[in-house]
Amino acid sequence: MREFGINEVWFIVAAVRWTLLLSIIAFAGGIVGGLVIALSRTSEIKALRVAAMAFIQVFQGTPLLMQLFLVFFGAPLLGWDLNPWVAAAIALMLNASAFLGEIWRGCIQAVPRGQWEAAEALGLHYKSRMRFVVLPQAFKIALPPTVGFLVQLIKGTSLAAIIGFVELTRAGQIINNATFEPFLVFGLVAAVYFVLCWPLSLLAARMERRYAAALAR
Amino acid sequence: MNYTFQFGDVFAAWPDLLQGAWLTIRLSLYAMVLGLLVAITCAVGKTGGPRPIRWLINAYIEVVRNTPFLVQIFFVYFGLPAAGIRVSADTAALIAMVVNVGAYATEIIRAGIESISRGQIEAGLALNLSKFKVFRHIVLKPALRTVYPALTSQFILLMLTSAVVSAISADDLTSVAANLQSTTFRSFEIYIVVTGIYLLMAMAFSFLFRVIYRISFNYPDRR
Repeated sequence: MREFGINEVWFIVAAVRWTLLLSIIAFAGGIVGGLVIALSRTSEIKALRVAAMAFIQVFQGTPLLMQLFLVFFGAPLLGWDLNPWVAAAIALMLNASAFLGEIWRGCIQAVPRGQWEAAEALGLHYKSRMRFVVLPQAFKIALPPTVGFLVQLIKGTSLAAIIGFVELTRAGQIINNATFEPFLVFGLVAAVYFVLCWPLSLLAARMERRYAAALAR
Repeated sequence: MNYTFQFGDVFAAWPDLLQGAWLTIRLSLYAMVLGLLVAITCAVGKTGGPRPIRWLINAYIEVVRNTPFLVQIFFVYFGLPAAGIRVSADTAALIAMVVNVGAYATEIIRAGIESISRGQIEAGLALNLSKFKVFRHIVLKPALRTVYPALTSQFILLMLTSAVVSAISADDLTSVAANLQSTTFRSFEIYIVVTGIYLLMAMAFSFLFRVIYRISFNYPDRR
């Protein structure tokens, strides 16, 4: 049995960098994938809409943990030998794409219909209509829920611990196995997540209130 | 790709999978009911309680919503025995699920309660209904109806998140899959099938919730 000392605390706190890195990569991938999904969902081509819809259904209707396992155990079948780190990043990216895609679809459709029609009446093509008229307005609406989703994503990275990647939660598990001080260890782990997530939650809530106030005017 | 899929071993184990799925369903149902009770209590405390109570409830909500479910499970599962309370993995899983969904549902129900107009409550009191009756019929029921979609998607999310309780080896569907994997080594096939089962369960719950809505809230909306 080891004592829970400063080295143990440091081991846990230092592991936060992997949680952060994983979150950033998943978020970056999710932004690209989410945009593709959102645009497909609102596209004029039916096949694209159906495909995007199916993607969202599958990723929102199954546990994130299963998605992680499927990437982790499925990739070797395709001949790629993924370490837990890459598998976690890919699974989180796909998951984030589905959720962000659905959030952003709502935001694109929340842009008043008249704006679409006006852009069309001005003779703008689909691409310019999206780029200059719809997306800039949708972006503003999308900001609060996107920041809110970031909290969900950071918490989601904890599942990488289950396939053996040493991030914050796994680091806590390792130290707890050695010291058996669950309240101290998982209290500390929870505190670190809280420090990461709470400011984002507050920011999202604040932006949402400001947006609601702007709409009410 | 020259891999041949073999689902034989997976389907041969269907009684185990069914049992795991059944535990996942039971855990989720218990957690939904208990979580709803926690949430109604906390939502009442948050909208009408004294300041220290409101402060406590807020702390509970913020802590739960800003930490991962996996860490909450570890906290309960390893923490309770350290505090001298022995619980099985399944009980620990249920406690963590109730604590988790309670916090999310509190915020949802609070929003519903706040959407009830003051005049409705005053009208109820003027008709000499007891405070409890006013709360039950004039506040709670319409509030639940308003937030029903958000509440039920939160419940389905809870069912999906419960896959994580396999990390403390509760006997849920994911645990069964993990055990099966260590004897057959057909990981990909197992997780494909199990993911499919989760998808079916999510659709079944969403159907169940639609039926409950039709039965409980089948009256015209007067607002």
